[in-house]
Amino acid sequence: MRVGVVTFPGSLDDEDARRAVRIGGHEAVALWHGDHDLQGVDAVILPGGFSYGDYLRCGAISRFAPVMTEVVAAAGRGMPVLGICNGFQILCESHLLPGALIRNDHRKFVCKDQKLRIENTRTPWTSAYDEGAEVTIVLKNGEGGYVADADTLDRLEGEGRVLARYLDGNPNGSMRDIAGITNERGNVVGLMPHPEHAVEALTGAGTDGLGFFQSFGAAIAG
Amino acid sequence: MLDTVGLAEKDPDREQPWAELGLKADEYARIKEILGRRPTSSELAMYSVMWSEHCSYKSSKVHLKQFAEIPQETPLANADGTAGVGKMLAGIGENAGVVDIGQGYAVTFKIESHNHPSYVEPYQGAATGVGGIVRDILAMGARPVAVMDPLRFGPLSEPDTHRVLPGIVAGVGGYGNCLGLPNIGGEAVFDASYLGNPLVNALCVGVLRHEDLHLAKATGSGNQVVLYGARTGGDGIGGVSVLASETFDETGPAKRPSVQVGDPFMEKLLIECTLELFAAGIVTGIQDLGGAGLSCATSELASAGDGGMHVELDRVPLRDSSLAPEEILMSESQERMMAVVEPEDVDALMAICAKWDVEAVVVGEVTDTGRLEIDWHGERVVDVPPRSVAHDGPTYHRPFERPDWQDALQADTAAGLQRPTNGDELRDTVLRLVASENLCDKSWITDQYDRYVRGDTVLAQPSDSGMIRVDEETGLGVSVATDCNGRFAKLDPYAGAQLALAEAYRNVATGGASPLAVSDCLNFGSPEDPAVMWQFAEACRGLKDGCLELGIPVTGGNVSLYNQTGATAILPTPVVAVLGVVEDVRRRTPSAFGAEGEAVYQLGDTRDELDGSEWVHVVHGHLGGLPPRVDLMAERALATLLHDGVGLLTSAHDLSEGGLAQALAESALRHGVGVTVGPSDDSFVQLFSESAARCLVTVRPGEEGALEAMAGALGVSARRIGTTGGDAFTVEGAFSIPLDELRAAWTSTLPNALGA
Repeated sequence: MRVGVVTFPGSLDDEDARRAVRIGGHEAVALWHGDHDLQGVDAVILPGGFSYGDYLRCGAISRFAPVMTEVVAAAGRGMPVLGICNGFQILCESHLLPGALIRNDHRKFVCKDQKLRIENTRTPWTSAYDEGAEVTIVLKNGEGGYVADADTLDRLEGEGRVLARYLDGNPNGSMRDIAGITNERGNVVGLMPHPEHAVEALTGAGTDGLGFFQSFGAAIAG
Repeated sequence: MLDTVGLAEKDPDREQPWAELGLKADEYARIKEILGRRPTSSELAMYSVMWSEHCSYKSSKVHLKQFAEIPQETPLANADGTAGVGKMLAGIGENAGVVDIGQGYAVTFKIESHNHPSYVEPYQGAATGVGGIVRDILAMGARPVAVMDPLRFGPLSEPDTHRVLPGIVAGVGGYGNCLGLPNIGGEAVFDASYLGNPLVNALCVGVLRHEDLHLAKATGSGNQVVLYGARTGGDGIGGVSVLASETFDETGPAKRPSVQVGDPFMEKLLIECTLELFAAGIVTGIQDLGGAGLSCATSELASAGDGGMHVELDRVPLRDSSLAPEEILMSESQERMMAVVEPEDVDALMAICAKWDVEAVVVGEVTDTGRLEIDWHGERVVDVPPRSVAHDGPTYHRPFERPDWQDALQADTAAGLQRPTNGDELRDTVLRLVASENLCDKSWITDQYDRYVRGDTVLAQPSDSGMIRVDEETGLGVSVATDCNGRFAKLDPYAGAQLALAEAYRNVATGGASPLAVSDCLNFGSPEDPAVMWQFAEACRGLKDGCLELGIPVTGGNVSLYNQTGATAILPTPVVAVLGVVEDVRRRTPSAFGAEGEAVYQLGDTRDELDGSEWVHVVHGHLGGLPPRVDLMAERALATLLHDGVGLLTSAHDLSEGGLAQALAESALRHGVGVTVGPSDDSFVQLFSESAARCLVTVRPGEEGALEAMAGALGVSARRIGTTGGDAFTVEGAFSIPLDELRAAWTSTLPNALGA
């Protein structure tokens, strides 16, 4: 499998996402924000960081990057797309996912090892997990509070599109403890915590995040 | 009207505001002597900012000189593990020292202060402190890989601390997080002397291949000088000479212009763009723009190179078109770099900058005139010998004298103060100390910093040292720790500097690293006070002697003076950073108990050394006597044991502030593995003494003999003091504290004071 990782100006966890893809057993392909080219990859990751400094709304400028035209089109064709942290914000700004991410309720950046429950294992990014699996993954964000109107939240929950929820305390004020969601088709996933920082016990919060980089191979191959 | 060189010659007696710019009469006279005329206003701006305390080290350099007496080599082991000698690829005087760590890699690291701006505007002061040190590291040709921030604040109970601390922490995090650099450690220390004078020291570590080393020099007549990065604005004009060199005195002139404002996104682009320029092999010389902005970059590049440079200042891209040439020369706008490239490489440079959306302009060229010549719309406003600006600033031999109160301070020991006398009192003391502001859990601060980004962080706070993987294949890595106990330095600045060195050295060793080199950030009060100058001189002497004894060089650093309010100086605070190399980070020693039933040992000897301790500070509010004894040979032996014991040791934690009690508490709380310690003749001294050259370690059951044999061979005392396990911190015959209770005490202090 060839997995593209997009670098926007201000992307920070792009190298980390590529390493996680390799550790997951796949080929990582660097994609550039300014190119109308996905280089024939099978899946795309929009990594964490502060694209354009997050000086406007997070992700609000990156959604206009040339590469996003291609990502949106590919997502429409069913290509697996994972947005992590800033990538999640870009997916929301691109309207590939509903809702928005706002400043943490406590107004501070937070970096911690966060416990989550994986609630949807039907996506190409989470099929390696058991439903209800409790995992610990790094969370680090300043604007990670997930918000949407009540109807949207009800629909996400009713359709089983809440991908993961925070356990043992809500770290950023996200509505209904939502840490990640998926689109109706299930191929586009946004996740505020960073699974790419939980793929090596030596340098991360254990290896619970590895499933995100092993799932899609099985899902697509199957 | 524009003040040109021609005008200066025609109008030699014009009144100039040299005093307002911080120059002394003799310094102004010397500028006139160098130039053979009065300076133009642009020249005056350059000299005043470059000859300020912050840029010229005029008060400190006679003392800093002695660091050059330390052999410029490191104790880097050979590939086969035998004792060897490592090269310094760059040392004092460069933007940052560069140390060989083997396998073709080198590491550069440096620590700097941003104290005064952080008091005036905590968020931006701290943020731009991080930005500045990162550019220093970048300018050596290295990729910055981690930052660390030793911070000092006034008491947590003071309202101003609640203004300063959250802003500084948010600024450090806001800038570093946005750059994608893990923050792997540092310190947060509280003391009344830092109220009104918080210390923000910022350290950065960078990694490069030997062949990637770059230096700040402008060579090759005809080569082009390119300014790239952010546009130049009015921020921080005179910030260096004014903000960093004058005390905050309510009656003095109000010299507080704007603090610089940081743009970390631009800096991130600057990093990636600059690394791509290096990779393209087109940079012949490079300098970051920090304090003193263009004045510094142009004069330093020219004087380190062929000696001449011609600059057309009106080409500098401006954020504010109304800026005068003097202001452009002094502006400290952040996120700017200056590169020297051959003419045929300019197009390649411009293409790389364009890829990263970084503005770049050719502003001048290298010449063989030996002069730094700067024009403003065709008229010459600067014509000076560059060395005279960059390096020939004044040198002060400031008077220094051991203060008359030092003897009384040292005679006022803690010996007569009431100590806990029974188990209950010891228990209360443990709980009170773990909750004290200097010993409590600092995650309220460190959780605001990204410690994971780049995916190479092996150890970070709350470990004793930060550790970064350099090579994924071989496991080669580096480790860094910063330390200073200002109370010890007050009691004896010579010993205090050595204790800071010893603690950082020991902290690097606990993870299994071999200490290689030192960077320092010397924070002191006013050099115009002979007592402060004596503290400074003693600390420098202590650090130099200590480094000689440990066999590690000082590779660079920074001095921050005038940290005082009125007549009250801060505690002398010589922060020492030690860098170590780790052969294989996968085998590093963790810093906390990881399993039950392991044997707990104390390495090194405990003496009745409570003067200046956290116990006496917290319980009695007392500061007097003599700091713990320094024994650097014992530190070396201990570090050797910690290195050779990698694999045998299952955990290692330095004993320092708060003594054994604090180390046991932290080791137990990290993973919730309790500990039981046997009784002692004097449990109070055992638990709270802050004797140096000590470490808490554990080994698996059955490996006690191996540890004891290794310690015996190295002459390190190793005493079995207990066993890990259970869910309490217990001292037999004295007290037992459930870990939940201990954790509640340890973790609640900062959130209670600052808000969750």
